[in-house]
Amino acid sequence: MFPIPEDNGIIKSNGSAKIEYISGLLALVPYNIIYSEDNMHIIIVGCGKVGRTLAERLSEENTDLTLIDTDEEKINSAIGEMDVMGIVGNGSSINTLEEAGIDSADILIAVTASDEVNLLCCLIAQKTGRCHTIARVRNPVYSKEIPFIKERLGISMIINPEYAAAQEISRLLRFPSAITIDTFAKGRIELLKFRVKPEFGLDGLSIIQMTDKLHCDILVCVVERNDSVFIPGGSFILRDNDLLSIIASPKMASQFFRKIGLKTNQVKNTMIVGGGKTAYYLASQLLAMNISVKIIEENKERCEQLSELLPKATIIQGDGTDRRLLTEEALAHAESFVTLTDLDEENIFLGLFVKTHTNAKVIAKVNRLSYDEIIDSLDIGSVIYPKYITSDSILQYVRAMKNSIGSNVETLYHILDNRAEALEFAIHDSPVVGIPLSELPLKKNLLLCCINRRGKIWIPRGHDTIEIGDTVVVVTTEKGLNDIRDILK
Amino acid sequence: MNGSIMIYLFGWILSFEAVFMLIPAVTALFFQESEGWWFVFTMVICLAVGLPLILRKPTNKVFYIREGCVTVGLSWIVLSAMGSLPFILSGCIPHPIDALFETVSGFTTTGASILSDVEALPKCMLMWRSFTHWIGGMGVLVFLLTLLPLTSGHTMNLMKAESPGPSVGKLVPKVQATAKILYFIYFVLTCVQIVLLLIGGMPLFDTLTTAFGTAGTGGFGIKNDSMAGYSVYLQNVITVFMILFGVNFNFYFFILKKKLHQAAEMEEVRWYLLIILAAILLITWNIRPIFGSILTAFQQAAFQVGSIITTTGFATTDFNLWPQASRTILVMLMFVGACAGSTGGGMKVSRLVILAKTVSKEVHLYLHPNAVKKVKMDKKAVGHDVVRSTNIFFVLYFLLFAFSVLVIAFDDFDLVTNFTAVAATLNNIGPGLELVGPTSNFGMFSPLSKCVLIFDMLAGRLEIFPLFILFFPDTWKKF
Repeated sequence: MFPIPEDNGIIKSNGSAKIEYISGLLALVPYNIIYSEDNMHIIIVGCGKVGRTLAERLSEENTDLTLIDTDEEKINSAIGEMDVMGIVGNGSSINTLEEAGIDSADILIAVTASDEVNLLCCLIAQKTGRCHTIARVRNPVYSKEIPFIKERLGISMIINPEYAAAQEISRLLRFPSAITIDTFAKGRIELLKFRVKPEFGLDGLSIIQMTDKLHCDILVCVVERNDSVFIPGGSFILRDNDLLSIIASPKMASQFFRKIGLKTNQVKNTMIVGGGKTAYYLASQLLAMNISVKIIEENKERCEQLSELLPKATIIQGDGTDRRLLTEEALAHAESFVTLTDLDEENIFLGLFVKTHTNAKVIAKVNRLSYDEIIDSLDIGSVIYPKYITSDSILQYVRAMKNSIGSNVETLYHILDNRAEALEFAIHDSPVVGIPLSELPLKKNLLLCCINRRGKIWIPRGHDTIEIGDTVVVVTTEKGLNDIRDILK
Repeated sequence: MNGSIMIYLFGWILSFEAVFMLIPAVTALFFQESEGWWFVFTMVICLAVGLPLILRKPTNKVFYIREGCVTVGLSWIVLSAMGSLPFILSGCIPHPIDALFETVSGFTTTGASILSDVEALPKCMLMWRSFTHWIGGMGVLVFLLTLLPLTSGHTMNLMKAESPGPSVGKLVPKVQATAKILYFIYFVLTCVQIVLLLIGGMPLFDTLTTAFGTAGTGGFGIKNDSMAGYSVYLQNVITVFMILFGVNFNFYFFILKKKLHQAAEMEEVRWYLLIILAAILLITWNIRPIFGSILTAFQQAAFQVGSIITTTGFATTDFNLWPQASRTILVMLMFVGACAGSTGGGMKVSRLVILAKTVSKEVHLYLHPNAVKKVKMDKKAVGHDVVRSTNIFFVLYFLLFAFSVLVIAFDDFDLVTNFTAVAATLNNIGPGLELVGPTSNFGMFSPLSKCVLIFDMLAGRLEIFPLFILFFPDTWKKF
């Protein structure tokens, strides 16, 4: 082999004046006509479950995405399916980040398996570029120091998937009739999903008839039937086994559930199988709400740790899939049952088992499986997907950033595996302001669900108007709405 | 296999071919040539078939590498078949296989002709011949990608199948933006060349055809003596631009992005320029006695070296008459080819660099059996997949080469003719040596040999796999 000559560069590096001269000339090339850099440039470090989910959703929204991972195979499979650029390398190395174009990036999202790498990525990104940074940090030790990390290290957003999942579960346990609950307007409005059962007597009623009968100020915004998603009008006829998503204030919601005969009281006790980080966060939240907690964990050392961390909880060492053990621990009297093991299949089976044998509210965690529609059809109760929780909150941040001018998205939830979205917009000056809703040319498959004006919340009717300073919630099957203007035809 | 999207893409290809044919049609109008009507006729056929296919929107927009390869392979065949119609119908090249040979030679940027008297062709036919070079140089599907509203990541599979090189990457995250940047660079370079040629006093028609031929690294001339009749200035401009179009387009992208260091550090481009320089110097020294003056010898050597290594195939002199050493160097350059990611053909410099490094790695492993060593390129480790596919490409390439030489040997020409004929078509160059030298043509081969050479040209342009895949029964199975 010939040695590669070290210094036969076409442009000598020492003549920096020369380079500047050439660069100056190049500025004359109308390069921007061909390739505008207006698109938001986002770098995602780590191409695991969350990184992949995020990339899938962001690539649908006119962003320039660059993925970084050390695993070549992961990068290759991502490039094969999405219109993104992939770079194999270590995301916390400046070289790799520069190759990914950190100098022109708007946001860097670090979601590798290691907290330290994520934080380091963000720090380096901030020093080399001028971008916002989002890091996933899951170690409980760090999670107590989040305010410090955010303020002193200047990281824009820290997301802890286990903590977020635990929060969502505890919200559900407070209100067990719903399958999922999302909140808007800082918790003053809730989006609740539940299944219509024969005993409610709603079968065959249209939505108008239902509201007349119950006298409740709630709004049915999405109906899922079999595999289709409807945004219903007033004459839409409900059927048993439909999944309804309703929008209401917490008070109205509990009134509504009482009237149709669903129990709404928060559970008194919870049995958790699997004692990971989520279980720890969940248990500490539930204990604070005076719900008694029983955790079943197989690993002895972990049991000891947990009992140290959670003195008030009952920690059982044993196999959570063991029927005898479950019965012995009074499964029959459990009001709720949460499966948080690392095995998705085990979680689903346990959930099904408990659902058939007891009346407990069941919540199962699914981490990895991508057969959402099958899992949803299983009637387990509630299923928690930590990867969606994480990507939803990051997406929310990204969308809000995208629209720093005009109105913007405050909150975003995806409903039923990405097929519908609920968005909360803050209204600044916009063409929708001051016009009665009945006169606005709204898009099809879109519903304006509620208006929040200075803390007062109501469900809008045709004569209502949107004013500056309001926040409004919109439910739609259209993707990628970025601004309140987008609700118009 | 996802048929609906493939049919949709074929529809677009045919429609675009109709649009491309506007250029020769306008040329015919300008020169008042009646043959132009045959282009209009072909355009109508293309549109009649293509438009209905476009109107039916594909139900499923997902396609994988298999669909990508099949689409690319078939579209090049369809494209060439339709493109040869005007030649046949107008009677300029009456025999269908001859016409197909000429068109494939155009689209694949080979520049090998079966015509003995090029100057006898009408101007519009000459324009079409040269313009096919320009289309084929950067790729038709890459062109489609710049305009079609296909936004999924799957479109990368089309680009991978059509663009040359051991590993095809994107310049920017979006495929469409990447394709646009590539065509932008291509277009601007072509325009610059046109201007420089016009300044040198070349007539407009000659300028356009020559620029198209150079940009696509094609090589169809409009004169029987190729480029020999033009002034030294014009020849030098062409030399420089041939070499420029053989450079990896990433190089220009880095320059556009003002990353001059990265551009300067591209290993492939360095090797490419080094090889060119070495070859020019060796040949200059070798042919000095023929031309008398060193300067003329250098100029002639530079043109021929540039023409052969970038696989363009223009000629300013009959290098068939050069000393053996120079002829041998030129034949070797045929195999080297241009850079990956350029418009040129051949094996590509980067592949050779990877192969050479693999060999040195193997020697190292032989001496130190337990050593761990990675093949590196541009200071980065080259993935095992890339090394493997490069090796396989090398093997396939020579199998195909041997097979082709064997088949055309039955025409009973001498070995040098056969060998260089296959080398010149498989590497998309054009002229070879002896009977297929720069002053001769491919007309004397039998129809069977021509078919083999047509296949070689397509295989060379698409880098074998997309075309080979069409012949595997597995490709067409549903499951």
